[in-house]
Order: sequence, then C-alpha cells, then structure tokens
Amino acid sequence: MSLLEIKNLHVNVGGNEILKGIDLTVNAGEVHSIMGPNGSGKSTLAQVLARRDAYEVTEGSILFEGKDLLEMKPEEAACEGVFLAFQYPVEIPGIGNTYFLRSALNAQRKHRGLDEMDAMDFLPMFREKLKLLEMDDKLMNRSLNEGFSGGEKKRNEILQMAVLEPKLAILDETDSGLDIDALRIVAGGVNSLRSPERAMLVVTHYQRLLNYIVPDFVHVLVDGRIVRSGGKELALELEEKGYGWTEHEPVGARA
Amino acid sequence: MTVAHIDSWLENYTEFEKRAAGRTLTWLHRLREDAFARFCDVGFPTTRDEDWRFTNVSAIARTMFRPAGAAKLSAGDTAAWRVDDMAATLVFVNGRFDAELSQLDNLPKGVTVASLRERIVSHPEEVEKHLGRYADTQRDPFCALNTAFIGDGAYVHVARGVVVEAPVYLLYLSTKEDAPTMTHPRNLIVAEDEAQLAVIEDYASVGGESVVLSNAVTELVAGESTVAQHYLIEREHLKAFNVQTLRIQQGRSANVASHSVLLGGGLVRNNVHPVLAGEGGECLINGLFLGTGTQHLDNYMHVEHAAPHCGSRQFYNGILEGQAHGVFHGRIVVHKAAQKTDAKQTNRNLLLSDDAQIDTKPQLEIYADDVKCTHGATIGQIEENALFYLRSRGLSEADARKLLLMAFAEECVERMHSSVAREYMQRLVGEHLLFSEGIAPQDGPALIEERTLEEVG
Repeated sequence: MSLLEIKNLHVNVGGNEILKGIDLTVNAGEVHSIMGPNGSGKSTLAQVLARRDAYEVTEGSILFEGKDLLEMKPEEAACEGVFLAFQYPVEIPGIGNTYFLRSALNAQRKHRGLDEMDAMDFLPMFREKLKLLEMDDKLMNRSLNEGFSGGEKKRNEILQMAVLEPKLAILDETDSGLDIDALRIVAGGVNSLRSPERAMLVVTHYQRLLNYIVPDFVHVLVDGRIVRSGGKELALELEEKGYGWTEHEPVGARA
Repeated sequence: MTVAHIDSWLENYTEFEKRAAGRTLTWLHRLREDAFARFCDVGFPTTRDEDWRFTNVSAIARTMFRPAGAAKLSAGDTAAWRVDDMAATLVFVNGRFDAELSQLDNLPKGVTVASLRERIVSHPEEVEKHLGRYADTQRDPFCALNTAFIGDGAYVHVARGVVVEAPVYLLYLSTKEDAPTMTHPRNLIVAEDEAQLAVIEDYASVGGESVVLSNAVTELVAGESTVAQHYLIEREHLKAFNVQTLRIQQGRSANVASHSVLLGGGLVRNNVHPVLAGEGGECLINGLFLGTGTQHLDNYMHVEHAAPHCGSRQFYNGILEGQAHGVFHGRIVVHKAAQKTDAKQTNRNLLLSDDAQIDTKPQLEIYADDVKCTHGATIGQIEENALFYLRSRGLSEADARKLLLMAFAEECVERMHSSVAREYMQRLVGEHLLFSEGIAPQDGPALIEERTLEEVG
C-alpha cells in the first residue's frame, strides 16, 4: 500500500476549478517535488492535503495509508501523520511557542494511544531539535511566530515538523524569502528528517531548494495538471528552459 | 426629569438616614442630603444623555429596590471565594461588613484596613479628608445615589513610604431575596506619598438569582510617587445590575493602574475616571469583558489630564457571543495646562455570533496644543487562518478556539502587575471561557473579515 494515493483530484476554489485531475502516488521513504509556475495550483494541492475546508473537492479521491483523507478534519489528518509547513506561517499573539507545540504533540500522542509528555520529558527533546535548526531558545518563549523574521518563521515550521515527526511532510514554498544561510539550515533540518518511513512533498517554484533537498521524483504542475514527471534532472531542465516548454509537450504523470 | 417611584426612594432614604453611621456629623449628613437632592433632581439617565447613549438603564429606573437586609453566611457558604496570599480580606454580605468572614490579622505596619462604617465612627476626621471629595455626584446620578446611601464599604489607608506586597481583597456578596434589593458599597482607598498598594474588588452572588442592584463607588487617592493598582472582578448572576465607579485622584509622578474583568452581571456599567492632577503621572486602564446570552457590558472611561507630562493608556479587549452587547466609551479630556500629554486608547473586540454587538466610541477633548493622543478600535471574528494553523498541528477545533480566545484575553491579563492578582484572574477567565459557547465549533467557516478603525488625533 502506498502512503499517499491521489486519483483524478479536481478542486474548486471560489467557483473556479484550480486542480483539474491530479494523479500522484507517494511511497514511504520518497521525496517528491512539485514544481510549477505561480497560480498553477501547487499551494491548493498542499492545502487540500492538510484538509483546509475552503477548498471544494468536486471529483477524485485521496487515500492516506489506505484511509480516505477527504473524510478527515485538519486535526485528524495531522494526528494520522500529515504535516504542512505553511508558505505563510500565521502569527498568533498570546500563545507561547513551546506551550503550543507541546499541546499539539500531546494531542497527536493521545490520538495514537500514547501517554502525554510532561514538560520534563518534552524539554530535552525540544532542545535537541532547536539545536538542529540553530534556533535561539529565547524565540520559543515568545508568542507563536509573533515578530519572527521570514527566515525564523520558516525555521519554526521545520522545527514543528521535527518535533511532530509526521509520516508525510508537505513543504509549501519553504524556500521563498530565505537567504542562502537560512536555506542551508532549513534544508539541513529537512534532510535530517528523511527516513525510510517518511515521505516528503516539496512544493517549490524554483529549483534552488532542490540543490539542498534532492528529490527522488519531480512533477511539473501547470494549470491544475501534472504535465510532466521525472527524476531530479527534470528540475535542472526546468531551471534552464523555464516552464514554457512543458506546456507544449504534455507527458502523462507517473501514477 | 422625574424619578419613577419617587415616594419609594424617599422612604428608602429617610429610613436609611435615620440609622446611618455618622448621621450626627454635619459634613457627612450634608454630603448625603445634597447627593440625594441631586439624584431627585436629575433622576436616572436615559439614552438621550451622551454618556449613556449605548446603555439603557430604564430597567433599573422601573424597579422598586429596597436596601438589602442583613444576611448571615457561614465560612462554608463563602469557601468558593477564599483566596490565599492576600494581605487582608474584607467580606461584605448584602453591603454590610462581616467581621467573622474577614481576615485582618496579617497587615503590615502602616496599613489600615477596616470597614468604612467603623472608621466613620472611630476616626471621622480621617474619613472627612477624602470621602466624597472626588466622586462626581453632579454629573453622574448613580454616584449621587451611592453617596446618598453611604453606609459601608472598605476603608484602606497606607502610610507614606509603606509597601504592601500582597493585594488587599474586598469581596462583595449578595444573597437571593424575594424582592429586588440594592446595595451601595462605598470604598475609600488612600495611599500616601511613595506608598505601594494593590486592591482587588470582587462582586459575586451567592445562593441563587434575584434582582439586585450593586451600585458601588470607589475613591482611590494616590499621593506623590505612589504606585497603586486596582482590580475589579464582576461575576454576579445574570439578574444583577452592577454599576461601578472608580474615581482615581493621582498626585505627582504617581503610577496607577485600573484592571477590570467583567464576566457576570446582566447589565454592567463600569466607570473609570482618573484625574492626573500632578506632573509626570502614569495611568493604565486595562479591561477585559466577556459577554454571553443577553448580557450588556458597558465600559466607560473618562480620563482627565490636568497636569503636564502625564501618560495614560487604555486597553480594552472584548469577547462577545450570543446576543451580548458590549460598549467601549473612551473619553479623554486634556486640560489646557496638560502639555506633553501622551494618551492612547485601544479597544479590540471579537464578535463570535451574528447577534453580538459592540459600540466603540472614542471621544477626545483636547485643550492643550502640544499633546499626543491616539485611539484605535478593531472588530473581528476568530481568524480562520489562525484556527486552521492550530488544527493542522493536531489540536481539535474546540481546543484551538479556546486557545485563541484565551490568547486574546491573555493580552489583558498579562498587563496585571501583581502576580497573585494575575494568576487569580487567569484562573477565573480560563474557567469562564471553558464553559463559553464560543468554544463550541460553529456551523460554516468562520469569517476572516476584520474591520479596523484607526485614527490619530
């Protein structure tokens, strides 16, 4: 059984069809990259997988470990092991980073029938993860993402992912707005989480991130359809030729 | 303006005056008489009155109230309101001081805490120095009514330079009665120069619901370089009318804070009226109001800058659900002499239902020419983005909502300096929100729309 199986997915947003029949299969241990120009539907796909309800699925199915993902609420998907690193992480004043992350982890542990983690158990593990992302623990005493720089927000997303240890991590334009140092740190964090049990879906506009997070498969999304799939070399080809060329010679997606 | 049931009011007053504490003191007798005459002249305000535009008190005016009778409560009855770590606890039952339920043993030197009634009798000259000198009986009929019925309340005095670490806790309980009753708690808090003090006033009901009017006035006098904090908790039942006036008189470089948390009461009006009378004073007015059902919670500020180089900050956060109605009326008056005034007010509101309503009104009157005054207000719903973000990490919708509401409330709670008071408030607000409807998932996606009204004047 594949970890994720998307079949003929059609999605409307505000009455417009954004995804027009996506087929995609991701197995545990694989890293897939979804590339495409702005407005092609990359972020919509990411949000649908995280179960945002503003997106209306009109056709098709998504199975996560054989279960119907479309029947799940966002928190259920999260507890099953889906994680979305947001393109625009939300600032929430008044909720402490550490408190929030421990609450989220405990909600997930409860779902899996595990004991809640108290602060004593949580903190040593948390400090390790902070080190991994070279984050100052002072940031963690502040409110969730409040006053964080763009790079700090993105690192915080990967930190959350490192703590929550999802089965499927979706990175939505995690590279956008990062300078090269921050990009290296973020990619380092992501790479350290690569494992045979975990799959990743790296959504990006540019090939740059893929120099650091090397994908097993690359899919090109144009106008709501996967028009081309291939190995990591496809990303380089895209970088060279631009998205224009893919539109003229559609090739069936890898199913 | 005629007062409904004027005969009943007259009878109430005459009966009260016959037995009132210090009735032989000319100054006090006159204070009550003048105030009652003023009340009879003007009667209760109506919504035609600009200060009462959003709050209709005709339900109070229509009701025939009798002064609440004495009631005996046991320590068991009041166990729910026991708070540890206070410098002193004064309990008032139906407006009367109850010595047995109170605790006055641990007071530091230089601090006097007593019932006002006792203090009027034992030390009238001390009381005379301040009582009735600040509260505005001319402008506010409720203040006039309270002053006419000055009977009991708290008397707190802190001598020069004395620091009281723990708060003084004042608890006002009203019991269930067969007919509508009223109390007029009157508090006098004097902190002399360079003193430091925190006082908590807590209004609650015990033993079931009946119509009550709690009409309280507190005069807080802060001397030079004094640091004083006042906390108010309103958590009476929904049949209660609660009208509060906190009148603050601030000396030079005094630093005073008013923190209020309105959770209960059917119709609540909380007046906070600081006068920054000495140079370099700072005043913080911080409020949180959580309305549900048909509650009406009115926050009325009247900040008077009367001296130069003073700063005032108003922060009010409201969460309203059901058909609750909130009011924020922030009036700032900068007198001609008050150059270099820095006044700011912010009111943020979350409306969790279609029928919840907030009226927010800034009112700046500036007679000096070198001042900075800003005000801003926002009205919004729980942000769908934030809700989704929290849920996407595994929190249930109910938990995510609770966390967001707590965070919104926390902005106010965090401003409370006294850790004892802050933790107490935190617990009350947390428990209150736990049972709030707003936490339950609502039908359909939450609206993200937020209106911002920001202006710099």
